[in-house]
Amino acid sequence: MVADVEAKLDIKSSEDVVRVRQAVRALAIRTGLTLVDQTKVVTAASELARNALDYGGGGVVTLERVMNGSRPGIRLIFEDQGPGIPDIDLALKDGYTTGGGLGLGLSGAKRLSSEFYIQSKPGEGTQVIIIRWKG
Amino acid sequence: MERIPILKMGEFLLVTIQVDMHDRLVMTLQEDLTERIVKSRARGVLIDISALEIVDSFIGRMLANIAGMARLLDAETVLVGMQPAVAITLVELGLSLNGIRTALNVERGMDLLRSSADIGGQ
Repeated sequence: MVADVEAKLDIKSSEDVVRVRQAVRALAIRTGLTLVDQTKVVTAASELARNALDYGGGGVVTLERVMNGSRPGIRLIFEDQGPGIPDIDLALKDGYTTGGGLGLGLSGAKRLSSEFYIQSKPGEGTQVIIIRWKG
Repeated sequence: MERIPILKMGEFLLVTIQVDMHDRLVMTLQEDLTERIVKSRARGVLIDISALEIVDSFIGRMLANIAGMARLLDAETVLVGMQPAVAITLVELGLSLNGIRTALNVERGMDLLRSSADIGGQ
């Protein structure tokens, strides 16, 4: 898989979450995703950016254009240095929340993505990677 | 300061959300709208989201909260104009927006509010 970094954005405020949405939308359009797929990946990005902000104390997202053979896609890497997630399986359950949200952020983002990877260590932070392939 | 306009349409209030929502804007809208419901004695609120390109769980929760506040002030809320791609995404996200009524557009939303106001008045 070939990857090109398109942008790296800070997530430190609610306004930054809006900026992440706009940047992901622009990249999704340039990659040729359908309107429904654009909407899905932008929504997933919004959930993960908000998670990084609310639970990770802020973070960074890297936007990449990826190619798998001739198939283009976009990859988003969310990283924070927050408290981490002690039980990832539990955190991926619908309705589970520690922060007063709806508990749909992680599980919803997973359903809205073609590929989803999460790594977290208590005390060190969390990294979530999603890919949305074209078509 | 950035604000979301609230228009009075007969006995209803129309809120058209055209900008990307962030926390402060949501707070301001909740305060403005609840005040307007009381002042204008509105029986219903239409929230037009046709310009919204996404609804995530944060925006969904905000919309449900507004509907809940309006209900406490004796006003019904109808969400109108959701884009098809947003509806598809919301279902996959797992957000059902329980407790919020929806209509295809402002006109149908007003019909819905009028008919429920009639039933309520009998």
